Amino acid sequence: MADELAIVGKSLTKPDAFAKVSGQTRFADDLALPRMLFGRILRSPHPHARIVRVDTSRARALPGVLAVLTGDDLPIKFGILPVSQDEEALAREKVRYVGDPIAAVAATDEWIADEALELIEAQFTELRPIMSIEQAIAADAEPIHGTSNVHKAVALEFGDTDAAMLAAQHVREDVVFFEGNTHLPMEQHAAVAQYGADGKLTLWTSSQTPHYVHRALGKVLELPMSRIRVIATPNGGGFGGKSDIFSHELVAARLAMVTRRPVKITLTREEVFYAHRGRHPVLMKVKTGLTKDGRITAMQFRSFLDGGGYGSYGVASTYYTGALQATTYAIPRYRFEAVRVFTNKPPCGPKRGHGTPQPRFALETHFDKVAEELGLDPVELRLRNLPRPDSRTVNWLRITSCGLEACINKVVEGSGFLERRRSMPRGRGLGFAVSSYLSGAGTAIYWNDMPHSEVQLKLDRNGGVALLCGAIDIGQGSDHILAAIVAEVLGVALEDIQLTTADTDLTPIDLGSYSSRVTFMAGNAAKAAAEKVRGQLFEAVARALPCDVDDLLARDRRIVRRNQPAEGVSFAQAVQLAEAAGGVVTATGSYTPPKLAGPYKGSGVGPSPAYSFSAAVVEVDCDVRTGEVRVPEVWIAHDIGRAINPVLVEGQVEGSVYMALGEALMEEQTFRLGLHKFPSLLEYKSPTALEAPVMHTYLVETIDREGPFGAKEAGQGPLLPVIPAVANAVYNALGVRIDEIPITPDKVLKAMSDRSKRVGPASTPAFEFPPLIKADVPEEWKGK
Amino acid sequence: MLRLPRLDYLRPRSVGEATELAAKHPGAMFIAGGTDLVPNLKRRQFNATTLISLNALPDGRLVEGDIHHGVTIGARVTLDELARHEMLGSPFRALAQACGSVSTPQVRYMGTLGGNLLVDPRCNYYNQTYSWRKAVGFCLKKDGDICLVARSSPRCWAVSSSDSAPAALALNAEVTLQGVEGTRRMAAAALYRDDGIDYTSKRPDEVITTIHLPAVEGRMTSAYWKLRRRPAFDFPILGVAVAITWDGGAVREARAALGAVASHPVDITSFLAPLEGARPTEDLIAEVAEAADKPSRPLDNTDLSHYWRKRMTKVYIERALRDACGLEPLGGRLTAQVRAGAG
Amino acid sequence: MPIADRVAVRLRVNGEEVAVMVPPYKTLLEVLREDLGLTGTKHGCELGECSTCGVLVDGRPYLSCLAMPLDLEGREITTVEGMADGSEPDPLQVAFAELGAAQCGYCTPAMLLTARALLDHDPHPTRDAIKEALSGVLCRCTGYLKIFEAVELAASRGRRHG
Ligand SMILES: Cc1cc2nc3c(=O)[nH]c(=O)nc-3n(C[C@H](O)[C@H](O)[C@H](O)COP(=O)(O)OP(=O)(O)OC[C@H]3O[C@@H](n4cnc5c(N)ncnc54)[C@H](O)[C@@H]3O)c2cc1C
Ligand code: SF4
Ligand code: FES
Ligand code: FES
Repeated sequence: MADELAIVGKSLTKPDAFAKVSGQTRFADDLALPRMLFGRILRSPHPHARIVRVDTSRARALPGVLAVLTGDDLPIKFGILPVSQDEEALAREKVRYVGDPIAAVAATDEWIADEALELIEAQFTELRPIMSIEQAIAADAEPIHGTSNVHKAVALEFGDTDAAMLAAQHVREDVVFFEGNTHLPMEQHAAVAQYGADGKLTLWTSSQTPHYVHRALGKVLELPMSRIRVIATPNGGGFGGKSDIFSHELVAARLAMVTRRPVKITLTREEVFYAHRGRHPVLMKVKTGLTKDGRITAMQFRSFLDGGGYGSYGVASTYYTGALQATTYAIPRYRFEAVRVFTNKPPCGPKRGHGTPQPRFALETHFDKVAEELGLDPVELRLRNLPRPDSRTVNWLRITSCGLEACINKVVEGSGFLERRRSMPRGRGLGFAVSSYLSGAGTAIYWNDMPHSEVQLKLDRNGGVALLCGAIDIGQGSDHILAAIVAEVLGVALEDIQLTTADTDLTPIDLGSYSSRVTFMAGNAAKAAAEKVRGQLFEAVARALPCDVDDLLARDRRIVRRNQPAEGVSFAQAVQLAEAAGGVVTATGSYTPPKLAGPYKGSGVGPSPAYSFSAAVVEVDCDVRTGEVRVPEVWIAHDIGRAINPVLVEGQVEGSVYMALGEALMEEQTFRLGLHKFPSLLEYKSPTALEAPVMHTYLVETIDREGPFGAKEAGQGPLLPVIPAVANAVYNALGVRIDEIPITPDKVLKAMSDRSKRVGPASTPAFEFPPLIKADVPEEWKGK
Repeated sequence: MLRLPRLDYLRPRSVGEATELAAKHPGAMFIAGGTDLVPNLKRRQFNATTLISLNALPDGRLVEGDIHHGVTIGARVTLDELARHEMLGSPFRALAQACGSVSTPQVRYMGTLGGNLLVDPRCNYYNQTYSWRKAVGFCLKKDGDICLVARSSPRCWAVSSSDSAPAALALNAEVTLQGVEGTRRMAAAALYRDDGIDYTSKRPDEVITTIHLPAVEGRMTSAYWKLRRRPAFDFPILGVAVAITWDGGAVREARAALGAVASHPVDITSFLAPLEGARPTEDLIAEVAEAADKPSRPLDNTDLSHYWRKRMTKVYIERALRDACGLEPLGGRLTAQVRAGAG
Repeated sequence: MPIADRVAVRLRVNGEEVAVMVPPYKTLLEVLREDLGLTGTKHGCELGECSTCGVLVDGRPYLSCLAMPLDLEGREITTVEGMADGSEPDPLQVAFAELGAAQCGYCTPAMLLTARALLDHDPHPTRDAIKEALSGVLCRCTGYLKIFEAVELAASRGRRHG
């Protein structure tokens, strides 16, 4: 009997599917506890101001108001990154964007809570708001934090790029801009806090990162973490938008402690726009040196990130704008300089693709132009610069499996790219682009030697398997992945697995549903735990039959002899044998990524145990009189390593393409008079069902040696090539370059009537980057 | 969760009772489908403390008559019904298209024609929550004293954003109003005033009971073209309605109106004079469209740039005219714009 | 005149008659979720801009965040909790589950009900008709494709009980 896979690789119905289609899934705002109060937060009306006074006396006096908090009630600063502990649950001295929390109330209903907010009198001294990158780095700019608006500046070099540029036969430089946008999960963030008579705090929250919320609650509330329980509720969409620590979580907890009653805070849609942590606006300059025949010899990349009012994940975002250039192209010499500035806008952070869609847009449109100058087709240019499997990039990122070439071939063939793009009528065009992404960050937010993911299994006498893991399902299907892997290893059915997830009292750590890490890391931990517990079962069964342990196989809810499958016991009997021999049958598994960081400062961002690869062809249909762009068809190929559940992977790929098209064509978070121009679902444009293109999805399997059953990520990577592919397609259709995302009809029309046939930034501002950290290059790049 | 302000909800059983209640409760507002009113109230754009529901009235839900005698539409007929209604065939197609292009299927099932004609003019400094407007310092239209779009302007330039209003003008529709002082019937155009705040000549106690489309003599064609970012959800950032009556192959009369370019639907019929008596050729239509965008003066208070919206006006007038003249509206050119409406 | 504190509202929800005392300014969304415990109906804006709060009224998709309960007396209201027939799920629910059409599941109740209304009026819709019918419900996860496929699958299997 062969060890073929029974569950992994099959498009089975995920365990939480029926709860979701019947309306039973309980999201945070669906929770209602006895005596529950409603919290609301007063927010800054000014983009930049000093707080003079916050008088809450009239609010406190309103009947139905049980508590009012100001910054002094929660004075300890926090932040997701240890290096950026710059946020306050309620601002004390200064407000840094319209929407910055100032005070909070708990009342018996939301009408009273809203009335109470109106009664709070806050006085401010307004400061000059800083609303752009240029304003932030101007010499006379009022500092938003500390003494300068430069939050983080980095400068790295791998090999002598200047010399390589001089020697290059062809050099091109481009400047492009990517406007920021936001996650827009359909579920508005919500948290419910309860403080028990036993002095224990419980917080239910729609969070992608309950572990970090747990840490922050301990710090800010000054409670031992053992007295705090954080339960992440299923997220009604996350996309990175719920992976930070938010004011309302801390405030709900404090209000519950003060009132000794449960408190719920659900953000309004407008407040979700202020919570943000979305895509940074990034201004970029890319310069590449190549040989005549299109081989890259060096690249210099500069990015300017508009970070908003606080640090958030910004230090990591900054590095990410330069990290993955060399995982997609074989680049022998590479320089990367970046600066993130503070501005008076809601803080930016990680959105699907964290920090990499912007440079991807820069790179892929740049290489489209380079290819044209060199007289190569854009596909050939990529093929000449492919990264190699089992290699190190010049910035020390370790690539294991790499299916980029296969991805390219799939979409190019599927779309007829090479022939069709030459023969399309005016207004129609095809664009092409490629990308790569991480399967989980190789270094944790808090540097320590502990695992990034842990899973515990407990088997019961009837053959049920309890699976406990800190991972939270945000719609990506992580519950299924965990259950499928364990069921596969133990030879049981999916429905035999009972999941308990994301409950800090019960489940071992998983760092969170961010950076595409759950399938890879929690999946590996689940596999390790299942293999361990299977070992215990095999030993017990081997003793009982008797036979050799190596002779056993678990499948179809039985443990049988490999070559005599009639001989064996049921899975439940096996558990009973093991339990009789050694008590509770339980095992844990964990995953710690290999130490992959290169030998230089700043090498912590970028390494991943494995990279996914994607390629896309996008077709556009442009209205030549209005400049409107529609996308009728998309071809997308993704190197997934192995699809543990193909239907779920396709869902991730299709969702990524959708989100990318929204970003490419319409989504933007813009500001006017110091505030968000239109914090609403109507005016922040999110594509509808009518705009959904025909999609051809190709899954390329490379069976990564370190992924669970060979799997890599799918949740973010496929977004990346789509945005530049749209821009390249618009060029193919109309001969205009829109070097600025989003590509709106007014820009297209402007480019069409302008002599330059282009819309985009002309230059980057003058800024003195820190001295270059000159890192050594890996052996394989020496002398190249 | 955004909630309505505390208010009373009255459900009169006759139009007479409704108008009397309105006269008795100053500041009360009528509610039909509620799809314009409820969001606006949740954003505290009005101070109403009483809503008078028109949904318990026995009538107002019928479409009667025919093309030869004129069609009378009850004010509470839903947009969805009108988008599909057989009575709104070729001659009155513009109205069906306009109704069918409103927002989403959900809004069209709930929203009524009466409510649609009276959509509160919109502005992206105004259709914002109370706290947003407070942060920006409020504006003339509600709670403030300057216009944030045109700071030196003494008036409000909020945009007439009804899809059916330009169609009603182009089709020469009339409306019947019933108030405490009696019933009056007026041209649809007379329902509107060129002011973003005081946008209608309807008195607060008056209920729109019916909308009339005049009898058609001979052949008439019409079309409505709508510009917006997304093919669902979005209000018009430009609407063009045209109606043409024919003498054989020649135009007898051409009427047209623009939506979403001013605080009221703008009649551009006079610019179509060159078409009258002529057989409309592609070139003639292009020429007429070129001049007819003159009254379009969009400001920077809706989606997308106002320069672009201005440039689009002639393109859309041309397309709507071609459509009504039976020419391929896009002239064989490729287009991304989904044609508006159900028709 | 003081504003009425609470009024009696009688509704017919998922085939059951229910009576609640609620402030007259509560929308149907609030009454369903907060007074009737029917939290399967979600919300994303409360302003008519997403349709996440969609329910059926007399078989037509309505926005519960804009609907006023007093005007719905005597009408038949269906929420996602009322889709299954006892232990038997609606074929749309099965198809959505099988094809991964519910990712985070937040838009799912409204998507399902809207699709139900479509299939009740057009049992074998074209892809374009499906797109048009669902165009009012925003989904941020799926890119809509699995949803279209699930509606088609359910349509091909037909309505339960023939
Ligand atoms: C997300 C969204 C998108 C929208 N998009 C569009 C769009 O694209 N195009 C568009 O035109 N509209 C749009 N609307 C606005 C609105 O939904 C429609 O205009 C709808 O037709 C309004 O009708 P209603 O019955 O719901 O009006 P209501 O909201 O009930 O009333 C609107 C106004 O009319 C008054 N009123 C209603 N009926 C009468 C009557 N018979 N007599 C006297 N006064 C009356 C009310 O007092 C109120 O002032 C949109 C709304 C939303 C929420
Ligand atoms: S046009 Fe001016 S006054 Fe009118 S709503 Fe807009 S900002 Fe206010
Ligand atoms: S909650 Fe968004 S439309 Fe009702
Ligand atoms: S499945 Fe998440 S919004 Fe649709």
